[in-house]
Amino acid sequence: MSEYILEMNGISKEFTGVKALDNVNFKVKKGEIHCLIGENGAGKSTLMKVLSGVYPYGTYQGDIVFEGNVQQFNKISDSVKVGIGIIYQELALFPDLTVYENIFAGNEVKRGPFINWNQTIVESTKMLEKVKLNVTPETLIKDLSIGKQQLVEIAKALSKEVKLLILDEPTAALNEDDSENLLEVLSELKNQGISCIMISHKLKEVISIADKATVLRDGRTICTLDASKGEISESIIIKNMVGREINDIYPKRANKLFGENVLELTNWSAYDVQLGRKVVKDVNLHVKKGEIIGIAGLMGSGRTELALSIFGNPKAYKLQGNLVVNGSSKPFKHTRDAIKAGIAYVTEDRKGDGLFLIQDIKNNVTVANLHGISTNGIINTNEEVKVAEDYKRSLNIKASSLEQVVGNLSGGNQQKVSLGKWLFAGPKILILDEPTRGIDVGAKFEIYTIMNKLINEGMSIIMISSELGEVLGMSDRIYVMAEGKVKGEMAIDVATQENIMKLATQ
Amino acid sequence: MGFFNEAKSLFKVNIRDYGMYIALIVIMLTFSIMTNGLFMSSRNISNLLDSAGYIAVLAVGMTLVIVIRHIDLSVGFAAGFLGAITAILLAQVGLPIYLTIPIILVLGVVVGLFNGVLVASIGIPSFVATLAGMLIYRGALLQVTEKTGTIIINDDNFNAIGNGFIPSILQINGLHLLSLLVGLVGILLYIYSEISTRKSKLKYQFEVVSKEIFIMKLVMVSAIIAYITWILAGYNGFSWTVVIMLLVVVVYHFLTTKTVLGRHIYAVGSNPEAAHLSGINVKKITYIVFGSMGMLAALSGMLFTSRLQSATTTAGTLFELDAIAAAYVGGVSSAGGVGKVTGAIIGAIVMASLSSGMNLLGVGISYQYMIRGGVLAGAVIFDVMTRKQRG
Repeated sequence: MSEYILEMNGISKEFTGVKALDNVNFKVKKGEIHCLIGENGAGKSTLMKVLSGVYPYGTYQGDIVFEGNVQQFNKISDSVKVGIGIIYQELALFPDLTVYENIFAGNEVKRGPFINWNQTIVESTKMLEKVKLNVTPETLIKDLSIGKQQLVEIAKALSKEVKLLILDEPTAALNEDDSENLLEVLSELKNQGISCIMISHKLKEVISIADKATVLRDGRTICTLDASKGEISESIIIKNMVGREINDIYPKRANKLFGENVLELTNWSAYDVQLGRKVVKDVNLHVKKGEIIGIAGLMGSGRTELALSIFGNPKAYKLQGNLVVNGSSKPFKHTRDAIKAGIAYVTEDRKGDGLFLIQDIKNNVTVANLHGISTNGIINTNEEVKVAEDYKRSLNIKASSLEQVVGNLSGGNQQKVSLGKWLFAGPKILILDEPTRGIDVGAKFEIYTIMNKLINEGMSIIMISSELGEVLGMSDRIYVMAEGKVKGEMAIDVATQENIMKLATQ
Repeated sequence: MGFFNEAKSLFKVNIRDYGMYIALIVIMLTFSIMTNGLFMSSRNISNLLDSAGYIAVLAVGMTLVIVIRHIDLSVGFAAGFLGAITAILLAQVGLPIYLTIPIILVLGVVVGLFNGVLVASIGIPSFVATLAGMLIYRGALLQVTEKTGTIIINDDNFNAIGNGFIPSILQINGLHLLSLLVGLVGILLYIYSEISTRKSKLKYQFEVVSKEIFIMKLVMVSAIIAYITWILAGYNGFSWTVVIMLLVVVVYHFLTTKTVLGRHIYAVGSNPEAAHLSGINVKKITYIVFGSMGMLAALSGMLFTSRLQSATTTAGTLFELDAIAAAYVGGVSSAGGVGKVTGAIIGAIVMASLSSGMNLLGVGISYQYMIRGGVLAGAVIFDVMTRKQRG
């Protein structure tokens, strides 16, 4: 038998024309902790979904060899059967059930047709000892901290006799103590012969725990680094993560004239009541008139939460600190107030909370400013069509007519409809959250061109983006966020992919 | 593009909107043939519309409630309870009719807002919140009618709402003159509004349908209004119930299609998160929609009480389910954001036509329920199928 517990050879996976994985090779030795690293969209999650059987055999190319045998997983339970356990970022526990019920959910200890609860509790206690979790098995999941819930997830995987444990950003939501504790447990499991794949953005953790680290970029394996050869260091990892070429697809702006501050945040914090933690911590930030601010960072770094906390706070965070817009201090009570003050926010998830998919282009473009086309609350429908027609033309929205339902448009055209909607509201500060996610290169270029045009007309733009190329290509100044904090601010002429990524992975 | 091709493509695009009109015509024709024309007689149509009235106004409100992804189960007994209060105010307290009606309508709004608070501010699922309301109003109805039992109303003006007709100035060949005039004015108003819309569209250089199609549409709709007017004029003319029903439709149709409020209601229905992020006050919209539902429940209660000339202990039983059925037959979608006020009225008339036609044919009540259930299921299946085709 080979020394590898897992070999993934030549894995390729396509989504309708887009190559998410391109000939990826990935090998894990028995009893090692192997970290998987890469930017958002590099293909880490897709690779793990191929491995765990979320994407069944036949929908990808290449071989999965587990313990020396070629595997053909058709569903997730097939991979569980051979001993692969995956723990996602969003935990899959039942909050209202007890720890022992959760550990053996779907894998119940039975006597005949009945569940043997006493045996279940005895077995659960053993599992809890293995993960060093000091709670009684009767505790309800919802009464545990997230860190402890994570340990229950691991205990659950252990109960299925897992040989290879996959963790997707396990420490993203944990505080430092819990993170440290979790990493200790993983080391302990390693000593018991359990192999582990960990996806992580926190390079410090990777350096402290990994035996090997594989870097993915744009769906390809870039390299596999070996700790025993001293290859796992911050500079080597970052160099391999960001090596993407920046093509010259970013239109240049001729004259850059910045005015005074239009938006200023001081010691700005937001506490998410539902999650029970701060999602934005002590942010200081300012935006000048005619400036494009890039906010870089990885997913979950608090960028969207920051935008929402400024834009009328729709998630009802508890806010602290000071927000000044156009010279006056404004804690907005509702998104409507933020819109009135001249702020617009184009959401990250345009289908989920940006657009009205079952309505037509016309209704979507005018919805945020219906009062602009009505008298005494009665809409002038002819004026409305005219407005929508103007935006369709100036933004080059490709559709058969204004009556076309937005759900049927392509991603790029939907994004332009979103833009049109907010431009019609007449903002002075435009917040764009991942403005070019999931749209083709041609449409991207159009959106960049529109952004430059708006800046020339005196608007200011805050652009949140995970694409480093975009951040470097479009911004005048860059803030890097991680863990809800602004980790650094840099002028565009000193910013590089490496130093952004260094701050983002702290 | 030829006349027929244009007509065909218009029909295809709008099949969902036209579906229930076609269904209504098919049902009416079928019953006419099976009853040798008795179904389309003046007397029957007049009775049919009167009997649809109190459900139709509920269905209008219910459509909007369903559009914003909620439901209101309390409206049936709320209508019954408010009807009983009407009877008490008129018959026992002795308030005049012109005070009683506004008081009851305001009470209706209060009832609706109470549901709105439970749903929007406290966050109880509307199904549960309004189920609680249903039980409470049922109890309240029994409580206020406990001592007296049925409360008889002797106010002729009030009883006319459910039984009376608009006055006739003159009878010409047994036809009701004022009704004919009302119908004529209706046709003229319709033609005027269509022509002025078309003119202003042309002024803005927007696309309009060809002249032939436009004239055909004018002639067809005018003919239908004329025909209904003529039928009703042959009996006692327009009843007050029909007039009230038409008023409700016209006002709500205007509100939902032409105003900012209407657009906001549909925006909240099709994507509440996006609506919030577009600066729409989702809570306020929820209050308004439930408040309007309560007001229409009060109206429905008065129509029903007036029709019976008395308040009974069981008034309002199952009204809410009839209204929900009418709304779904009228094309509302439970996924939210889709559904028209005019559809709700047509839905209510379809359901009333089924009952009326089957009564004339002497179909047993057991079969009547089954057939109405089948039609409801069929309407929703049609809706789902046409939506799949489009998407």
